[in-house]
Formats: sequence, structure tokens, C-alpha cells
Amino acid sequence: MTTWPILSVTTFLPLVGALIVYVSRGDDEAAQGNSRWIALWTTLITFAVSLLLVWRFDPTIADFQFVEKGAWLASGITYHMGVDGISLPFVILTTALMPFCIIASWKSVTVRVREYMMAFLILETLMVGTFSALDLVLFYLFFEGGLIPMFLIIGVWGGPRRVYASFKFFLYTLLGSVLMLLAIMALYWNGGTTDIPTLMHTAVPRSLQTWAWLAFFASFAVKMPMWPVHTWLPDAHVEAPTAGSVILAAILLKMGGYGFLRFSLPMFPLASHDFAPLIFTLSAIAIIYTSLVALMQEDMKKLIAYSSVAHMGFVTMGIFAGTIQGVAGGVFQMISHGIVSGALFLCVGIVYDRMHTREIAAYGGLVNRMPLYALTFMVFTMANVGLPGTSGFVGEFMTLLGTFKVSIPTAFAATFGVILSAGYALWLYRKVVFGALVKPSLSSIKDLTFRECLTLFPLIALTILFGVYPKPVLDMSAASVQQLVNNYNTAVSAVKAAALLQ
Amino acid sequence: MVQAIVFLPLLGAILAGLIALFGGHARNPSGDTVEHHDDHGHGDAHAVAHDDHAHDDHGHDDHHVSEPPAAGSRLAELITTGLLFVSAALSWFTLVQVGFMHQDARIPLLPWIMSGDLQVYWALRVDTLTAVMLVVVTTVSSLVHMYSIGYMDEDPYRPRFFGYLSLFTFAMLMLVTADNLVQLFFGWEGVGLASYLLIGFWYQKPSANAAAIKAFVVNRVGDFGFALGIFAIFALVGSTDFETIFHAAPGLTGKTINFLGWQADALTLTCLLLFMGAMGKSAQFLLHTWLPDAMEGPTPVSALIHAATMVTAGVFMVARLSPLFELAPNAQAVVMFFGATTAFFAATVGLVQNDIKRIVAYSTCSQLGYMFVAMGAGAYSVGMFHLFTHAFFKALLFLGSGSVIYAMHHEQDIRNMGGLWKKIPYTYAVMVVGTLALTGFPLTAGYFSKDAIIESAYAAHNPFAFYGFLMTVIAAGLTSFYSWRLIFKTFHGEPHDEHHYEAAHEAPLWMLIPIGALAVGSIVAGFPFKELFAGHGIEEFFRESVKMNPHIIEEMHHIPQAIAFLPTVMMVVGFLVSYLFYIRRPYLPVELANTQPMLYQFLLNKWYFDELYDIIFVRPAKWIGYQLWKKGDGFIIDGFGPDGVSARVLDVTRNVVKIQTGYLYHYAFAMLIGVAGLITWFMFGFGGQ
Repeated sequence: MTTWPILSVTTFLPLVGALIVYVSRGDDEAAQGNSRWIALWTTLITFAVSLLLVWRFDPTIADFQFVEKGAWLASGITYHMGVDGISLPFVILTTALMPFCIIASWKSVTVRVREYMMAFLILETLMVGTFSALDLVLFYLFFEGGLIPMFLIIGVWGGPRRVYASFKFFLYTLLGSVLMLLAIMALYWNGGTTDIPTLMHTAVPRSLQTWAWLAFFASFAVKMPMWPVHTWLPDAHVEAPTAGSVILAAILLKMGGYGFLRFSLPMFPLASHDFAPLIFTLSAIAIIYTSLVALMQEDMKKLIAYSSVAHMGFVTMGIFAGTIQGVAGGVFQMISHGIVSGALFLCVGIVYDRMHTREIAAYGGLVNRMPLYALTFMVFTMANVGLPGTSGFVGEFMTLLGTFKVSIPTAFAATFGVILSAGYALWLYRKVVFGALVKPSLSSIKDLTFRECLTLFPLIALTILFGVYPKPVLDMSAASVQQLVNNYNTAVSAVKAAALLQ
Repeated sequence: MVQAIVFLPLLGAILAGLIALFGGHARNPSGDTVEHHDDHGHGDAHAVAHDDHAHDDHGHDDHHVSEPPAAGSRLAELITTGLLFVSAALSWFTLVQVGFMHQDARIPLLPWIMSGDLQVYWALRVDTLTAVMLVVVTTVSSLVHMYSIGYMDEDPYRPRFFGYLSLFTFAMLMLVTADNLVQLFFGWEGVGLASYLLIGFWYQKPSANAAAIKAFVVNRVGDFGFALGIFAIFALVGSTDFETIFHAAPGLTGKTINFLGWQADALTLTCLLLFMGAMGKSAQFLLHTWLPDAMEGPTPVSALIHAATMVTAGVFMVARLSPLFELAPNAQAVVMFFGATTAFFAATVGLVQNDIKRIVAYSTCSQLGYMFVAMGAGAYSVGMFHLFTHAFFKALLFLGSGSVIYAMHHEQDIRNMGGLWKKIPYTYAVMVVGTLALTGFPLTAGYFSKDAIIESAYAAHNPFAFYGFLMTVIAAGLTSFYSWRLIFKTFHGEPHDEHHYEAAHEAPLWMLIPIGALAVGSIVAGFPFKELFAGHGIEEFFRESVKMNPHIIEEMHHIPQAIAFLPTVMMVVGFLVSYLFYIRRPYLPVELANTQPMLYQFLLNKWYFDELYDIIFVRPAKWIGYQLWKKGDGFIIDGFGPDGVSARVLDVTRNVVKIQTGYLYHYAFAMLIGVAGLITWFMFGFGGQ
């Protein structure tokens, strides 16, 4: 269909940008400025190219599109790329958010600017690659590779406890990945290939399904993160620079959910069905537990990090409900959370840049001096709460609706999140934005600059657009979700029928 | 036309919001650096000015006159008010069109959430039930907008205020024109947001912020049930459209759902879950605690949101879903129980309150209970009738109170008032009209609707019917007592605060016209509509929009005469006791309070619900949250997880280092032990096989 490898270009363009940054040596003001501009233009062009994908994407086709395939390693391991309705939204989310990250780091990062920009550009390549790889080995490479730039971003440009946080992040995620690698090998020995579309149509023996599912689960659950392996996230967020937090919350967390959708459900449907109660339990615990913990946080970023864990609980719950609304809601919730939590971290970054503290108690009454900021923060707070009319509602609503059909107790418990999220989010808003401005340190704080408006206003527009008219995203993923759910249900009901016959 | 009714307020809200935003931005420069003043003066006028305001914030409806009003304030006021009046005029026109000419409409706007069999559209649905609500909402809203021009004239943030008011109106209109449960939920939460913003409008007051959050969170507790109700309906019917649901409802009777181990009747369960939402929004017993606190907002807000429109959304919802509730008699019984309990409970608390707005707030709560009693009896149109009349006289009472507060320079305690009728005769007159209507004085609007409710409770066949009847009759007496108490303490007797009394003056025309209009409404909104809402015109007027209990109206008309007079008798008794207590023998209430301190404190502290909830919900949630964070995350998960592992690894390394002593015989000994162990294992391990 395409004449040029549009997907590979999207994936590797940022790498080219990183190379250019690398080549343009020097560490003076001018060189720093150059590397910023190069990074910005690279991400913008990448975004523009990725929009071509949207333009040419045919949402009625459930299978992979823009497929590229080339011989790579040994036999059976190929360079195989392609996107379907489930992965394309994530690709776009990644390319769309990167320019905001670069702009957000424009002034706040002053040391090692070149390396910083390179890390982000490489990270973008790896993230886009993760979502578009159609070969297990390739996927693993991208998936794990993403750890390294993120590890560096936290470890080099992070806060005071950055070393602890970055190691915790790295070890947690790596531990899960090692198990995934074993499972990938097992799949290779079983099917003789690492090609994902082929494996999706290869029946995996029941016993292997269980073990492989668990191994993949270990990796994705940490990434997600699901309770109880979530404790790396608050630390990582707190120490990461603003743009790092944005990427972490908006994209890296989505890799777990994407993995469940790409591997667990289609390749191991029986194991997924068996383990669904486990996921439901963990998700429901995550939602209530982390929401309660969020109520008591004293650090703005930690509060948002915990709320992210709760929101990801809705995603896992919806995905393993195995209903159309659940899965589609899970995809939508991830996209929406990418926008909203990314924006919330940007909001925190804005006051952090001014005051150099994230402590909630250090703020109060910002609305008196920062009306634009107050409005922006309010919109995202409400989206975080899941107010209808914002994108946050659609995902939450669909996942809950999809789950209710399958497991009423899970939906019942998860709906408590609706109450608790209102509690912690509004409490944060009140403490930071409302009230009288009495703290002398805040008396000369200033409102959003043009650059900051540039990062936030488009996100406001998207949040409301997708809240009122989520159709673009839902339509994009509809066919693939439908196919995924059908295959899943067919496999599960086939086993049930067989069990009945015996 | 319906699109215009609904979206003109949104347009107004956006324009006013933009004016507010540009105004706010013009006054507050942007910049990403913070200048640190090294001199100790901290001569920032803002900080000092705001500091002053932080202190004088107790119980007063005070304005913050720290800054000049934003440019374009008048423009924002006129735009929003003008658009609302247009919308109101169109609404009346629609009522005639729909109610009498039977031109129901369903206007699809946009697809919303489309996924598999979940097909939710944005659509506007207009039938008689909606048309009645459109009229109520836009009429009261336009009058409140106009009133606010006068009431808020000293506030520098007027554009924002009018933006919020219009935003609220838009959300409320989306709610009443909803064609499916999800859109209803959108409006439902939208009015919640607007209510949150307006209660917290004076964001420098900590009490206002707390009240705003409380309102939102308590409403969310109700929404928790509402959302589950929607999920349950979707699971049962596979749709959220009203038409489809109502069509499928008769087929659901007898079905059960396993809800957390309880084999519940599907319809009863669904109705109860949905009713939980209604309880939150309409401040019914147990979920009522936010409403009195919501009085922290400016008074026009209280009139519009917390009296006439938003709090009646729950009543509207039950009426809208009447085809479901009619099939679930057990759910109806619960509705009646909560309605009756609220009517009584709120009235008792209203007896002893001293804040003029809180008295009216508890009165609202109590009247909402009445409406639910009618819903529980299956007399949905009667409940809607009371909703309709109540909107006029309760908005009137609130706006009248606002006028009193305005006259008294933001004094709200009725103990500090008295004798005001000479100073503000117009306000006095309209307040008396409102009180007459509220207490059900013959031929006022409230008389027709309230008596009809009490009759419907008497006529209903429902386990709680007699309870409902009894409670509403008692509450009628209590209502009369506290309403007249308010009038007597405010307008009669001796002035208690000479300073404020002398300065008291009648409000500007912007405020007087709307309360005059509402006073007229409080008198005439009853009789002409009596047949349509509670008589023989129901079938013709409401048609399919509500599904009445088929016998209730007939039976209401055949109740004994004595029963029909009872509410009026109670009203007179309440008035006489009040007259005795506050005009003839003003020492009596004090003595009574002194002889019954327990009862008095119990009522004054609102049955101690706030304290109770604090103990059983708020504190435990915080405690658990803290424990989960420190013990759960910090000690257990991290302790046994990453931190523990890394600590163990270090321990092991340290010990391994110790073992490596360097002495040959240590190693030889260890090897010997090892060999011995191995041999033993081989011998017994394999020997056992």
C-alpha cells in the first residue's frame, strides 16, 4: 500500500535527530540552543510523519497495516513492523507528546542539554518501536532498550534521591523482563518462530500458556504498574525531571497494558481466562489501596503517581474482562491517561520550576496570581476525577461497564475509586490553588508564560475533545478490538465446550 | 429551538469565561521566574490584601473588595443574562408546544461513546416532563442571573461568577433533556462541577473550599450508586437509551442478579442503585450533609442550585425512570421511606437553626423529601408539581434572604436581626408571600402541590405509606413553625443590631424585579396547573413521559375530608405556636431550650451527622490511607521487596566475606562437612526408593 517504509521512518527519525545532536558538538549556550531546536524539530517532523499513518490507516481492517518485513537474525527472527488499531493510538500518543516534553524542558534543563535531548530522542525511537514491532525479539529489544534512556534521565537529571529511584526502577522492571525473555524462548521452541502475527494464530499448549502467561505477566505487571509491584513508580516520578515524569506516566506505563493486549490475551487466551480473577482482585485492590494512599500524600508528584496506579487498575480490569467495552475502554483509558497524567505532571513542573519544591504544604492560593494556571489545573484535575465531558470519564466508564458484565464484585469495588479520586484530586487542588495567598515566598509568583501555554492548551483541547467526541480513538481501535475479543471468546468457549463434552 | 435553549447558556458561559480569563490574565503577569525580595518589607500589596481577607471569613456572605472589577464585567453580565432570558422565553414556548400541542421531539446531535453494543449518542429529548423542567430551570436561572447583577455588584470577579452560573444552567439543561442514562450522568456530574465551583466561588474562605469539596464528594457517593445502576441496566438490557430500557423493562420482572452474594431482584436492585444517585443529588437523609454547608456559596447560587434546580435533579430522575420504578414496588417503598424521613428530619433541624440561609436550606431538604414521598406513592406528576411550585417559592425565599443579607451588610444570623419590616417593606412583603406558599396557605402555589402529596401518601398502597403520610403531616406543622419563626425573628420584634439596622436599605432594582416576579409565581403557579399535574389533565398533559400508578389519582380524590384538611390545620397550628413563641411570649423558646438541653443540642447539631461521618468514614479513610502508605508500601512491599532484597544481598555478601577467613583448615572442614552431607543424601535419598 505504501511506497516508502513510513513506519520505520517514524520509528527511526528521532534516532537520526539524536545523531545530529551528537554531531553538533560544543557545550556553550549556542550549542545548547541548537540541540534544543534540533530535538524540537525532530519530534515535530516525526509527529507529522506519524500523522500520515493516521491519514492512511484503514480502520475497517482488523489486521496489521504498514507492514514491513525483512530478514534479520538467524532464521525465524525477522525485522517485522506493523501497526493495527490497538497499537496505532499509542504510536500517535508517543509522537504527539514528545514535542511537549522538549518544550517543557526548554528552560528547566541547563546541564548536559545535548545528552538530555539525545536521551529523549533515543527513547522516542525505542517507544515507537515497542508499539510497532511485530517480532518478539525485536519487541524485546525495544521494550528493554527503553529502560536505559529512562534510567539515565532519572539518574542524571533527577532530584536528590535520583540514584535510589533509578536503581529501583531499573531492577524492578528488569526482573520482570528476564522472565519474559525466558517465555519468549519457550514460545520460540514451541512455534519455531518469533513472529507475532504467526504466534497469535498458533495454539499454545495449555501448560505452556500458564507459564508463559505468568512470565509475561511479571514483566507487564511491573511496567503497568499493578499492585503490589507499584512502589517503584512514586519514587521514580518524584525524582524524575518533569519531562521524564510525563513520558513515564504517559507512555512507559502504557507498555504494560499494550503487552497484555498484544500477547497475553491473543496468545494465551486460556491462561488469561484462568487468571482473570487474579487480575480482577489485584486491580480492585490497586484502585482502592492506591487511592487511599494518594489521600495522604504530601508531595504533589507522589499523589499523581499513586493516582496513576489507580487509573491503571481500571485498565487491567477492563482488558481482562474480555468484553468489547472493557478492552476498548482499556485502550481509551490508556490514551486518556497519557494525556491527562502527562498534563498533570507538566502542571506540577510549572510550579516546581518557579518554587523548586513539590511539597503540597508549600503552596496555597495560587489562583490569586495565576488564573490561567488555575484553569488549566482545574481541567486536568476534573479529567483525573473522571468528570463526564473529559476524556477521563469515557475510559473509566467503559472499563467499568465492560467489567460489570463479567464480574460484579470487581466493578463494585472499582467504582469506589470514583469517590476516592474525587477526594484526593480535589484536596490537592484546594491545597495548591485555592485559598488565600499568604505565603510570602509565593507573593511574586507569575502566571503561565507563552511557552507553558503552548504545552498545556493543546492538551486541554484534546482532553475535552476526546471527552465529548471520543469517536476518533474508539473507531481507530474498534475493528482490532473486535477481532481480539472474538478470538479470545472463541478460544475460551471452545475449551468450555470441550469440557462439557467430556 | 431546543438546541438554542440548551446551548445559549453554554455560549454565555464561554464568553463570560473568556472575559474572566482575559481580565484575570491582564491583572496577573506571566513569567517563569520568581523575583525574591531581599528587603524584609515584602511590600507586595496583594499578599497583604489577601492576608486580611483570610481572617474575616466566619459565617458571612462577605464580598472581597480588594481589586477593581475586571474589564468587561458589565458586558459579561448582560450577555449571560440576556441569553438566559432568550432561553427562558423559548422554554415557555416549548412547554406550550409540547404540553398542549403534543409535539415531542428527539434531536440527535453527535455520536458519543460507540463501542460494540454500547451506542451512546448526544441527543436532546423533549417531552412534557422535560419541558416542565426546562421552564423551571431557565426561568429561575434567568431571574437569578438578573438578581446577581445587583447582588454581586461589589465583587471583582463577576465575569467568572456569571460564567459559572451559565455553565451550571447548561449542565442542568443537558441533564433534563437527556435521552439516555449516560447523558443524564453527564448533566448530573456537570451540575456537580458547577455547584462545586460556585460553592467555592469565594475561594479565599477556607470554609467555602471545604464545603465545596464536601458537596462534590458526598455527591460522588451517590454517583457511585448511580454509575452501578447504569452498569446494571446495561448488563440487563444492553442499552442506555430510555426508550429501549422502558420497552424492555416489563420483561425484566422476576429476573435476578447475583449482587455480592445477594440474589437480588434485578429491577429492585437497579432502581435502588439509581435512587442512591438521586439521594446524593437531592440531599436525602444520610446523604444530606453537604446541602447546609453549601450555603457558603453566594446567595443567588443557593437560590438557583441548592433550592430550585440542581437538588431537584434526583426527583426528576426518578420521575424520568418511572417506568422502572413502577415495576419495582420494593424500591418505591424505599423511596417513600427516605423521602418521609428526610421531610421530617430536616424540618426538625430547621426549627432551631439561626443562620437565615441554613433555615431555608433545611427547609429545601425537607421539601425535597415531600417530592420523594410522592414519587414513592407512584404519583410522579404530583411530585413534579411540587418541584414546579417549590422552585418559585423557594428561590423567592432564598433571594429574599439574600436581599435581607444585602440590606444587613452580610449579616446572616437571625438573632442579630429584628424589626426589619419597616426598613425593607418590599422584601418583607415578598418573603411573607414565599412563606405563605411554603407553608401551604390556601390558594398559594404550595397549597395545591403539598396537599396533593400528603393525599397521595395517604392513598398509596405501600408498606411505608402511612409512615409517609404521618411524617409529611408532622413536617407540615414544623415547616409552618420554622418559616414563621424566620419571618418573626427577622422582620418583627426589636432590632438587635442597631448599627446594621440603621444602615439597612432596600436592594437595587436589579434584585427587586426578580423577587417580585418569583412572588407572583409563588401565588399563581398553583391553581392553573392543578388539573395538569394532579387532576384529570395528567393523561393528556404528560402522556408517555411519566408512567403513573394507574389508580393513585383516583384514590387521592376519594380520601376523607378530614384528612384533606389536616395539612391546613397543621399549618395553622405551626403558625400559632410560632406566633406565641416569637411575638407574644419571646421568653418561651429560651426556657424550652433550657429545660430540654439534650434535645436542643441534638437538633442544633443536626442530629450529629457530621460528627458521626467524620468518625466512621473520614478519619478511618485517612488512617487507613496513612497505614497503607507507610506500613503497606513502605514496610511490607518495599521492605520485603526491593529494599529488603538489596539489604539481604548486602548481608549475604558481608557474611560470605566473613567466611572467607583464609585459614586452610576452615576450608578443609567445610569441605568435609559438605562431602559428609552429600554422602548422607545419596545413601538415604536414593536408599529410600
